[in-house]
Amino acid sequence: MSLANVASPLTPTKAGLRLQKQFSWARAREAGVRAMLLGCASLSLLTTLAIVYMFLTEAVYSVTPDTTAFLQDVSLWDFLTDTEWSPQFADKHFGILPLLCGTFVIAGIGSLIGLPIGLAAAIYLSEYAKPKFRRMMKPVLEVLAGIPSVVYGYFALVFVTPYVLRPIFQSMLGIDVDIFNAMSAGVVLGVMIIPTVCSLSEDALRAVPRGLREAGYALGSTKYDVSLKVVVPAAFSGIVASFLLAISRAIGETMAVCIAAGQMPRLSLNPFRSMETMTAYMVSASLGDTPAGTIEYKSLYAVGFTLFLITLGMNILANWVMNRFREVYE
Amino acid sequence: MSVPTKLQEPHLARRHRIGKAFEWACCGSTWFGVVVLGVLLLSVGWKALTWPPAKDKPANSSTPTVEVKSTSAPLSTKFFSSYDSRKPREAGILAAIWGSLWLIVLVALFSVPIGVGSAVYLEEYSNEGRLKRIIQVNLSNLAGVPSIVYALLGMTAFVKMFGFFTKDEGKLLVINLLFTTVDVPLPFDRALISGALTLTLLVLPTVIVASQEALRAVPSSIRTASYALGATQWQTIRYQVIPAAMPGIMTGVILALSRAMGEAAPLMLIGALTYVAYTPGDITNVSDIFKNPHGLLDAPFDKFTALPLQIYQWINHPRAEYAHLAAAGIMVLLTILLLMNTVAIVIRHKFQKSTRW
Repeated sequence: MSLANVASPLTPTKAGLRLQKQFSWARAREAGVRAMLLGCASLSLLTTLAIVYMFLTEAVYSVTPDTTAFLQDVSLWDFLTDTEWSPQFADKHFGILPLLCGTFVIAGIGSLIGLPIGLAAAIYLSEYAKPKFRRMMKPVLEVLAGIPSVVYGYFALVFVTPYVLRPIFQSMLGIDVDIFNAMSAGVVLGVMIIPTVCSLSEDALRAVPRGLREAGYALGSTKYDVSLKVVVPAAFSGIVASFLLAISRAIGETMAVCIAAGQMPRLSLNPFRSMETMTAYMVSASLGDTPAGTIEYKSLYAVGFTLFLITLGMNILANWVMNRFREVYE
Repeated sequence: MSVPTKLQEPHLARRHRIGKAFEWACCGSTWFGVVVLGVLLLSVGWKALTWPPAKDKPANSSTPTVEVKSTSAPLSTKFFSSYDSRKPREAGILAAIWGSLWLIVLVALFSVPIGVGSAVYLEEYSNEGRLKRIIQVNLSNLAGVPSIVYALLGMTAFVKMFGFFTKDEGKLLVINLLFTTVDVPLPFDRALISGALTLTLLVLPTVIVASQEALRAVPSSIRTASYALGATQWQTIRYQVIPAAMPGIMTGVILALSRAMGEAAPLMLIGALTYVAYTPGDITNVSDIFKNPHGLLDAPFDKFTALPLQIYQWINHPRAEYAHLAAAGIMVLLTILLLMNTVAIVIRHKFQKSTRW
């Protein structure tokens, strides 16, 4: 007698089928909530679309008939090859090269300082340090990562240039160091990317299985040999990815560079002079309250688009390296 | 057979020496960050507590001017209660503090529901399909977009609204609430809300990714148990999954907010870098909220300044005193950020210990 009772809900009766089609407030609420959450999630897609739309209409080709985009006024060839950037002068030149040069010189100095130090710190934390030391150091690095870039810019201006660079390079080596110089910006940029490099590289190093290290020791390696010749190559893809992400961050860094390196677009490799990066130009152009529609205003988008493409390219490359060359361990 | 130690010894000793040197170099690199942090805090802190030495008086001035020092240091109680001023010794960060506070509150109001909502959709609702993959890739790319690009977006989308509303029309949207009305200017122009929305876009990827990780850490047995008791999917999420993931979400949100608090570049392009001698909604202390509750509704549409902007303004000022004011502002900003970071770490630590699934 109980058998029939148990079996009936399982068999698809007519009543059971009808139940699914029936309207119920609970089901409507479930669907509504789901739709709302989907809306939230697609907002990030909308952001990307808005960024792309903004750059295309303001920098590449304007869709509205009575306005022109930047590249409709300045030819792409001039933009990429002209060696002068002077949108504020009467004789306007829009050559991105000086800004690119400033950006890459400063990011280069930052990478030369930040990447080795960050990697060495990661090796120390993952291979040498005691767990207690590691637990203590992690929050410190987090604090270092959390310091706003305005503060780093101030530090470069009031400490690095007068108390580090000038005594070494001006007093001892006789090289003129400007108050605003690319070197100080590069130095603080190096400090800023240390936490990024360190934590990402450390994750990669710690993902290397213990067996590889033990095999190295069994062959008579010292700890140095194991760290540098076994663990680092095994984690190479993760380390390269962390480097690329850090460089991309350095290229996009704004306030520290803007404060420390000044606002003088210059096509040179002398790091002791003032230089202007792409980001610093965007800030300085916005300070002057440029009215919409002018060519200076549109140049903001052209520079922003260039920056966006460069950083996007580096991020995609980093992800590709990470996935393509990752060693998968059992 | 002889033990070949003698043969190997010189090599082995050298290898150990190299190893030791390498270890010390790595250890030094680890400490490098700490040392820089210490030097930074000391140099800024020292500047924040002293005024620059008075300049030598010109030779022809016979009457010795008496320096009236109203405050002993740039960082004093007066610093918190006065607006920016052309006289450096009277300048303060009242407007900047309230501006930053408003920004943080608004960014939290916007980014937490949207961020957590997105994370819930991605983790709980969407199956491993193309849409999820696209959104996920898009998120990781958005997280790498420099803040200055968000600044451009904010300027275009919120300050000018893509030029859909031309400025000379001066359109004003009046929203009628039950008991009062709010005037919303369209486009938003350089109002607080433009800054808050821009910063929201900036921190959203961080908030979403952190929330996703927190949700992923909730074991599926909790969901299954909830379904077994007859709960719907939304009930399960609302009453079981989100509360369980709350500590992780809070940690991520606080860290993201502290990042938003220190950002100057996005606000700069929005055009918030102006001399502002009032607080949003004219609320200068908590009791003003009760005296003038409508100020709460007006505040998002007021012009504003924020701590990092004020600091940048002072750094750019040629007078030496302003550099010391900037240092004082930095100390205030760093203290707030450190507090937020500490809260995040404490929450994480506490719940790491207490939750046992």
